[in-house]
Amino acid sequence: MTRKNVDLKIKELKSNLGIMKDLRLSVGKVIDDSWEETIGPTPYPSITDLRNWDMKILQKYKPFYMPFCDLCCLCTYGKCDLSNNKRGACGLNMEAQQSRIVLLAACIGAATHTAHARHLVDELIEKFGRNYPLDVGGTNVEVEAPVTRLVTGIRPKTLGDLDTILDYLETQINHLLSATHTGQEGNNLDFESKVLQAGMVDQVGMEIADMAQVSCFGFPKADPNAPLVDLGFGAVDPTKPTIMVVGHNVPPAIGIMDYLNEKGLYGKIDVCGLCCTAHDITRYSSKAKIVGPISWQLRFIRSGLPDILVVDEQCIRADSLEEAKKIKAPLIASSSKNCLGLEDRTKDPVDEIVNDLVSGQVDGVLILDPEKVGEVAVRTAMEVAPKRKKFKIIPEIKDLIEIAKKCNLCNECRRACPNDQEIPKAMVSAGKGDLTKLEKIYEECIGCGRCEYVCPNEFPIHSFIVKAGEKKMKQEQYKIRAGRGAIQDVEIRRVGQPIIFGEIPGVVAFVGCANYPKGGEEVAEMIEEFAKRRFIVVTSGCAAMSAGMVKDEDGKSPYEKYPGNFDAGGLVNVGSCVSNPHIAGAAIKIASIFAKRNLRGNYEEIADYVHNRVGAVGIAWGAMSQKAASIASGFWRLGIPVIVGPHGSKYRRMLLGRKDRKEDWYVYDSRTGERVYGGPAPEHLFYAAETKEEAMVMIAKLCMRPNDNTKGRAIKLSHYIDLHKRFYGTMPDDIHLFVRRLSDIPITMKDEIVRILDEKGWKERIIPDPTLLPRMVRKKANKK
Amino acid sequence: MSDAPWQKAEVAGTKRALPLVKPEVVLAMLKRSKHPILVVGHKIVEIDLDGKKLIDFVIDIAKAGEIPIVATAHSVKEFLNREFQSVASMPVMDVANRLTDPEWKGLDGKGTYDLAFFIGLPYYMEWLILSGLKNFSGNLQTISLDGFYQPNATWSIPNISSKELREFFEALILKLGGQ
Ligand code: SF4
Ligand code: SF4
Ligand code: SF4
Repeated sequence: MTRKNVDLKIKELKSNLGIMKDLRLSVGKVIDDSWEETIGPTPYPSITDLRNWDMKILQKYKPFYMPFCDLCCLCTYGKCDLSNNKRGACGLNMEAQQSRIVLLAACIGAATHTAHARHLVDELIEKFGRNYPLDVGGTNVEVEAPVTRLVTGIRPKTLGDLDTILDYLETQINHLLSATHTGQEGNNLDFESKVLQAGMVDQVGMEIADMAQVSCFGFPKADPNAPLVDLGFGAVDPTKPTIMVVGHNVPPAIGIMDYLNEKGLYGKIDVCGLCCTAHDITRYSSKAKIVGPISWQLRFIRSGLPDILVVDEQCIRADSLEEAKKIKAPLIASSSKNCLGLEDRTKDPVDEIVNDLVSGQVDGVLILDPEKVGEVAVRTAMEVAPKRKKFKIIPEIKDLIEIAKKCNLCNECRRACPNDQEIPKAMVSAGKGDLTKLEKIYEECIGCGRCEYVCPNEFPIHSFIVKAGEKKMKQEQYKIRAGRGAIQDVEIRRVGQPIIFGEIPGVVAFVGCANYPKGGEEVAEMIEEFAKRRFIVVTSGCAAMSAGMVKDEDGKSPYEKYPGNFDAGGLVNVGSCVSNPHIAGAAIKIASIFAKRNLRGNYEEIADYVHNRVGAVGIAWGAMSQKAASIASGFWRLGIPVIVGPHGSKYRRMLLGRKDRKEDWYVYDSRTGERVYGGPAPEHLFYAAETKEEAMVMIAKLCMRPNDNTKGRAIKLSHYIDLHKRFYGTMPDDIHLFVRRLSDIPITMKDEIVRILDEKGWKERIIPDPTLLPRMVRKKANKK
Repeated sequence: MSDAPWQKAEVAGTKRALPLVKPEVVLAMLKRSKHPILVVGHKIVEIDLDGKKLIDFVIDIAKAGEIPIVATAHSVKEFLNREFQSVASMPVMDVANRLTDPEWKGLDGKGTYDLAFFIGLPYYMEWLILSGLKNFSGNLQTISLDGFYQPNATWSIPNISSKELREFFEALILKLGGQ
């Protein structure tokens, strides 16, 4: 069902006028006649259609800017000094400049996901045709594309429909990016509104990418029992040839698995991945393995295990070719977005390419044909493995000790380390034969390599750290549930009511990258805490991997302990970065399936519903990329708060509520039309926490919503208070803002809380049927 | 002693903090201030200055200078464990955001602050917060007490060793009338 009634692509047309290539014809628009749902006010919203909604959100959650730089240097008028909110030569002030940078990041993120989706969809249309049907969960998932339905007003049925939706997304990104040009948008709140548009577009782009790959590659379809797959460095068999895949666009990795299958080589070669390609290849075949998150690239390469690297797109180290060279492993680049300076060998015969790679005549090649990548990678790995014999560049302990003795304690490494690791002290100890301090750094190191780039002695510091952690690294062997994709409609029916009344205390989604302040174990610890408390815990991307990298006393990792269904106490891995819309989608589906609201082109109403009723929070503890910025923006527009780790402060703008300003927290009671105080719930929309303890307390708090019933609010308050007491040693000082009726008070804490309420002069207030939209006030009441 | 940013890439813009090398500066600033506050991050428990924890120096400074403390993240617990009660608790993003608001009533209801000390936050987080305050908080003066130079503060102790930092604090506490 497409937006255009004629959409024609002709590869080559010979006519009297000559030869025309790649001709495309699109005429008119159609409405999906077969869909009875009434169309809402904003199908295919332009960049200003949802501006009023954005301003409502931004009034409550005002931006707080923390410039990374006092200057702007974006045009040749510059550099302009914008400090103290001064204006530059073009008239732009500091606030607007900061929001412009946020918009740039969100556009980069949205463009990246959308281009990824475009790449996939084009390739799949080429292979399967435009009419290939989409299927993300059969009859279990009737609302197959909640975000797309909500935004565009159409129900995509075929790959061809996705193509049409991509046209819309690409146009939006184009407009949004153009707004960052000098002399365009000048107001910070309007920039912020555009950030939210970019986030919304991004969610659709991701949803399309995942729908396409789930439908065409046979990934788990909304399956809570998706297979458990191997995770961790120790899961890789060092006796076998090993192919390492990194990135986000899975077709080349699928080419590898298919070739192995075709030649009966499964089991003779290990295919293991990092980052989202790893997620998606295990969704394709549970025989593939996940090494770990994105930040494990250097340590895995240097360990010498990979016999060939296959990189596709996004979050790949720009020095991967140089690093591969060091361990004598060839590299195949497989994405037009990441060619690494390599010769394009796509059209060359496989034998020649393999020969050149095996003989070392070339360090790497660019192959833009996923199937050819498959054959070249497998054959090269088989031939290279016996030659290089897992050649590694991790030093032996005795050499490490000798080198460490020569450290001149200049501190350069520490001052370059994003986490301020005390490397010089660890070097002193290492020089004396004690590696425990280096081993401790291994646990927290994010593998950036900055320390060694600055060492005046050119010590391979990161390799030292890996050596110190080697024993632990080899023991890293866990299980992760392969990404399940969408949430089933029946699951939503089951949890809809307890979520919107608050009896399931929240949906907590751990997403994003691995730029952690103190290692990935913090993520695992937070996840365990909330799964035990019977929140619904959802994971995706690198955070999903970190979630699995711990074991309990019985040797079980969290995915073995907690079920994969979307229910209280579940631990739900939806999949890779592009699977994130299943999380937003679940919130949207609660409005549609449980509350029977129309989704179709009805963004504002549904966002209002989600914001006021669905107690969902995103946590991107190691958020690093621009994609993480756009993913978060997509959640904000739906009114879902996002917490980032301390490094997330570098996104340089928070969206913070002020619970001390009572006037900010009024909602309409849709039953009466009265404006009533709804309390600061959720208190923030984008917030960087300093420590995991602070994050956990805030997660519990940000799950509260004005719509909670008294039983639900009591449950939510008891988690908030319990965590606060445990980590802060005190009662929170804001309970009076969250207790609306005496029946909101958790029964076991009654006396203590009533005493506090008395001191604060608290009075009972009504629990509204909350909305921020006057038009949602029921008609009868409106007439009064 | 150096007044280059501790994390070398974190270079400042056009406005850079004055290096704070003498405790007397703190005294003078305090004297001029009508409403100071000391913002304390979670690292005060992790950092040890030759046998005395940073938190214990902070308590001594706060007591001697009669400076109210706001503890960020979960650090309030450590103050309470030490039976130091006159401490408020608030996430650092909230403190920073409120410090840009001239209408804020303050943690004690006495209005917004004119002088804010910072200590014990992750370096890069404090850097950004001080940048936000430098650019958007009018009359607020900021002082970084970490001993890792923070270019976005009004005044910052330069990069000094933990021994030098300890000596600085001891001298400061004495001058403030503490022990
Ligand atoms: S875009 Fe504006 S503020 Fe930036 S350098 Fe150009 S004139 Fe200056
Ligand atoms: S590789 Fe690790 S230790 Fe080195 S700078 Fe990066 S995070 Fe710090
Ligand atoms: S940069 Fe190199 S020489 Fe300097 S302290 Fe670090 S390891 Fe030692």
